[in-house]
Amino acid sequence: MSSLKINGGRLAHTDTVTTVLIRDGHIAALGEAAGRESADNEFDANGCIVSPGFVDLCCNLREPGNGQKGNIASESLAAAHGGFTTLCASPETSPVNDSGAVTNLILDVAATRSSVRILPVGAITRGLEGDLLSDMAGLAAAGCVALGNGARPVKNARVLRRCMAYAQTFGLTVMFSPENQALAADGYAHDGLVASRLGLLGIPEVAETAAIMEMLLLAEETGVRLHLSQLSCARSVEMLADARTRGIAVTADVAMHQLLFTEDALSGFDSRYHVRPPLRSERDRQALLAGVRDGVIDAITSQHQPHDSAAKQAPMAATEPGLSTIESTLSLGLLLVERGELGNADLIRALTTGPAAVLGRSAELCEGVVADLCVFDPEANWRPDDTNLCSVGRHVPLPGQDLPGVVRLTLRDGQQAWPCNNL
Amino acid sequence: MTANDPSSTSLQLTADGQLRHFLTLDGLDRALLTEILDTADSFIEVGERSIKKVPLLRGRTVVNLFFESSTRTRSTFELAAKRLSADVLNLDISTSATSKGESLSDTLLNLEAMASDMFVVRHSQSGAPHFIAESVTPGVAIINAGDGRHAHPTQAMLDMLTIRQHKGRFEGLNVAIVGDVLHSRVARSQIRALNELGAAEVRVIAPATLLPRDVESLGCTVEYDMKRGMKDLDVVIMLRLQKERMEGALLPSEREFYRLYGLNREKLALADPRCIVMHPGPINRGVEIESAVADGPQSVILNQVTNGIAIRMAVMSMAMGGQMAERNRKLAGRVEG
Repeated sequence: MSSLKINGGRLAHTDTVTTVLIRDGHIAALGEAAGRESADNEFDANGCIVSPGFVDLCCNLREPGNGQKGNIASESLAAAHGGFTTLCASPETSPVNDSGAVTNLILDVAATRSSVRILPVGAITRGLEGDLLSDMAGLAAAGCVALGNGARPVKNARVLRRCMAYAQTFGLTVMFSPENQALAADGYAHDGLVASRLGLLGIPEVAETAAIMEMLLLAEETGVRLHLSQLSCARSVEMLADARTRGIAVTADVAMHQLLFTEDALSGFDSRYHVRPPLRSERDRQALLAGVRDGVIDAITSQHQPHDSAAKQAPMAATEPGLSTIESTLSLGLLLVERGELGNADLIRALTTGPAAVLGRSAELCEGVVADLCVFDPEANWRPDDTNLCSVGRHVPLPGQDLPGVVRLTLRDGQQAWPCNNL
Repeated sequence: MTANDPSSTSLQLTADGQLRHFLTLDGLDRALLTEILDTADSFIEVGERSIKKVPLLRGRTVVNLFFESSTRTRSTFELAAKRLSADVLNLDISTSATSKGESLSDTLLNLEAMASDMFVVRHSQSGAPHFIAESVTPGVAIINAGDGRHAHPTQAMLDMLTIRQHKGRFEGLNVAIVGDVLHSRVARSQIRALNELGAAEVRVIAPATLLPRDVESLGCTVEYDMKRGMKDLDVVIMLRLQKERMEGALLPSEREFYRLYGLNREKLALADPRCIVMHPGPINRGVEIESAVADGPQSVILNQVTNGIAIRMAVMSMAMGGQMAERNRKLAGRVEG
């Protein structure tokens, strides 16, 4: 196997300029020891940050079944372009990932076509219908790292309680996007000032907080490891912190766009920013940022949802929710750093060690570990457009604007995932 | 967040401030609203002639695109377009193209290809006319004839015309809007218009289940008790209550609603004696308004309908003017380029 030396880069977690030597897919040496060794190839990382590869807890790859919106090859390349080396793949595919056979299919395709590591999340209920338990132990044996219900509701508290109890039996982690279906009803926007003015159907905060309260009580009772995906409300962060104090085994993530945008993004009926949970108020955004800074929120996700253009070409109520974000997640995070709303270390932690720990993994850059890393230039700018995006989804946040942060190199298992050689 | 949304302003107005689409009253200033009212005033006289036509839109094609059924609004738009001498095409889309699976964009692009100059759009989804003006057919003037819960700007303007005819001014007026504000595009546009035109107070009167979240931010005060809310009113606007509201668990019964929020002679007597009574129609007698009030001396409900034609003529002629100016500018640019 070949070797590669990365020179002159600043290590994200120590903030010191250090040489990194990679051999046989692993980090062979760091610092002076690496500097003394020779390698087949060298990479000049002057002015760049060398970070563990980013880990995404919530990503939609659309394969199998939704090829018009994306596939494992396109979306994993987009991920590598964004500095990600590990993706948790949502079970919301067609067919739904609710059996070992579908998990195997995803992993087989990933093995030949994926630029990055794919960790499937299995469906916790059969067909994601929210009614019957899926073969959870079988899914875990096939390679699912956690179980969840995507963005779809579990029918009632009784089913939810049994899902948790059964998952707990096998020590599995459950991931839920908290939303009370009856309270969310037909809504698609934050029930606040903008929705009232534009006459959009609102989703109140209580649709999220009531669901979180129920999930926390059930997690406490069943003892399951609970991960709350996609928080959007200030009150949710408080409830999460309280639950931690009570000793409940709960972790949580927030989508990057929730940290940058508010309900104001919808004024003018911009359905690009129709996302779920909806973008809420400035107060909510501030609380979510504080949650990331304090470590109450463990991870920032891309919540990448690639779509074909027709999915967004309609009046807002008729459009599909979601942004195509994975290529600009880092850039949006660096915008927050530029504005002083988030520290560099908090950003890197929430993209690397934070989400890895949720999965019971580590994401350190030290001698002997698998070389999953990215090198990015925080000072360089890029402008997402049709010439440089890899995802099938083109509904990116902040289109046509210069964004900070260009990923120069992504390695998965020491293999170059970005830049893609056949570009 | 102000009610003046810059994105709506740039979408609706040409660079020199002429109307080119009419989607919402957000972003339109008092001078422009007054111009619409003055233009409508001049068209009222046309409706009184024996030959009720002016040639302002001669040779132009106006397509009435009603994705949601309507009788009054559609017929007044049709009459307004005909009095302006336009060719009018009425399409009841709810029963044609879209039911065959064609997308909204495709339907509109096909109509644009037939050289239409103006679309009058009613749609059940908030923001549909914005979407059309912004993303589908920006070269066609779009007039919003009511979209979801968002806006019904021609209705609000005909209401303003009616108020001005009876009160002569907006300054110092106390206006109440009573009933189902939550689902009402009319109320949202009226609140916006009254604020811009300088009304002293806009009061919404309804139970909490029929009010949008943070409704005060739209520029109004809230009163739950109608009897208290009638005090010192110059104008009371009743909203239509739809029967589905009972099924959605927003209200217990029509009877209880009528008792608490229906306008009868007894409640009207609590307002200023010169208070006028308005309703965008169609009215539910005995649900939100007593017949004796709807047909009584203070009611101006039928004046509203008459004014609807004049307002729609005004808005259509102004928007067509702006759209044509824009087209000519683009053509000139192409010739020079």
